[in-house]
Amino acid sequence: MSLIDSASLPRSFRLPRVEGLIQWIVPLAIIAVWQVASVTGFVPTRVLPAPSDVVLAGWKLLLSGELVRNIWVSFWRASIGFLIGGGIGFAFGLANGLSQLSARLTDTTLQMVRNVPHLALIPLVILWFGIDESAKLFLVALGVFFPIYLNTLHGIRTVDPQLIEMGRIYGMTDGELFRRVILPGALPSIFVGIRFALGIMWLTLIVAETIAASSGLGYMAMQAREFMLIDVVVLSILIYALLGKLADSASRVLERLTLSWHPAFQKR
Amino acid sequence: MQTALRTSLPETELASRAHFAPHARVVREERPAQASGLPLSIRGLRKSFGDNEVLRGIDLHIPAGQFVAIVGKSGCGKSTLLRLIAGLEKVDAGSISFGSEVQPEDIRVMFQEPRLLPWARVLANVEVGLGRDRSSSDAHARAEKALTEVGLADKRDQWPSVLSGGQKQRVALGRALISRPRVLAFDEPLGALDALTRISMQRLLERVWRDQGFTAILVTHDVAEAVALADRVLVIEDGRIAHDVTVNAGRPRQRGSAELAGLEGSILGHLLSADDHT
Repeated sequence: MSLIDSASLPRSFRLPRVEGLIQWIVPLAIIAVWQVASVTGFVPTRVLPAPSDVVLAGWKLLLSGELVRNIWVSFWRASIGFLIGGGIGFAFGLANGLSQLSARLTDTTLQMVRNVPHLALIPLVILWFGIDESAKLFLVALGVFFPIYLNTLHGIRTVDPQLIEMGRIYGMTDGELFRRVILPGALPSIFVGIRFALGIMWLTLIVAETIAASSGLGYMAMQAREFMLIDVVVLSILIYALLGKLADSASRVLERLTLSWHPAFQKR
Repeated sequence: MQTALRTSLPETELASRAHFAPHARVVREERPAQASGLPLSIRGLRKSFGDNEVLRGIDLHIPAGQFVAIVGKSGCGKSTLLRLIAGLEKVDAGSISFGSEVQPEDIRVMFQEPRLLPWARVLANVEVGLGRDRSSSDAHARAEKALTEVGLADKRDQWPSVLSGGQKQRVALGRALISRPRVLAFDEPLGALDALTRISMQRLLERVWRDQGFTAILVTHDVAEAVALADRVLVIEDGRIAHDVTVNAGRPRQRGSAELAGLEGSILGHLLSADDHT
């Protein structure tokens, strides 16, 4: 057994590196095709600037400091909004998963609010908060609340009751039962919620920034549209894609660290 | 195995040889921890779920350190009896008493499913069995000792998901044994295992029971398993003890001996004849 284990080790070490390259083949190929199409005039630059022009625009904005400032502002709004909304969603998920009383008291209300598209609140939010930071934070927090709430609740409710009975038999206190059985059991579902929430986080933020903001990536793209700077518009869109990928990778790393026991995360 | 086949030994001797070789420790005759078992007295025990009366008056005395098997058709109430003894269900009427004051750690249960925490490594899963002593400084050492007892010391850092069914059940046994229980209740712990794994698990159960001297109560639907392991086989029918059969065969038991086969046949006869009447 140990012989087989040690023999298969080098292979499992080599695999991720190859996989890490494979996933970038398609994006790079698209950029290459795009560049060729632009240079040969197949795609007019008025419709879509060449990747090289986008990189150039990015370089100029980087030098002026505008790019870094806008990315930072958007990143800050996204994370703070995510922490607030996610934190409250997680807390409600725990409370309603663990306590029948709490679930009866709040679940119906939350389900009603959930069915209102949160972006439909933008006019109301602008009336309440103006185009202040709090408006964006409110919308992001509201957007990420529900996926995290629902998946935390679901995760806790579907923890194997046989394991809970086992924990009780072996004399676990409520705190221990939560820490050793319920929370780890709910974690895979909570991570599904986090990854959903990350997608909603970017979507909400970009929409909010394009409609009501005076800084941030969404604002930068809208400004560029006003002045017909199509290369900056495309640059903003590419940065969204990269940031989205970054957030997803971060949650994957977290998943792999905390769910290393899970069969789905072992063979890598 | 090769030589055994060629010399064409009688069936029983073959079985006994195969038994002795890997488990030499079984030969130990004295039972050092005999005092650790608890006697068990059950009087007029009744239990119903809704309108369904599952147990209709059970009276039973189990001496300390006895190995009792409970057999019966599915739905006869044997698992309910075990869960009542283990304190997992509330008694409707009657009483269950152990000779002395019992701590929660004195009574342990092993289920058909191993019920290991998938997110805890094997050693940490065994430590769960320590109950209130989980945080004590010798927890690791005790868990390792328990793992060694069930022959899985080399798996201590594995996740449960990579273990086979039999190995998982051995970890569950280690977890049950670590607190040195005085009563160990088995709810068909080998029911989900393949035939060969089952036999080696039965030997392991017999060995740890002989080593530690706890009172063992095994619920099973396998009559052969019951007579191979137990001192006494109780047949439950319609919520009552219908037959109380003593198994006098010496230990370690020789699988497939005529004596055990005869007993198995007569117990099966009881079970099946009840079937004919209804």
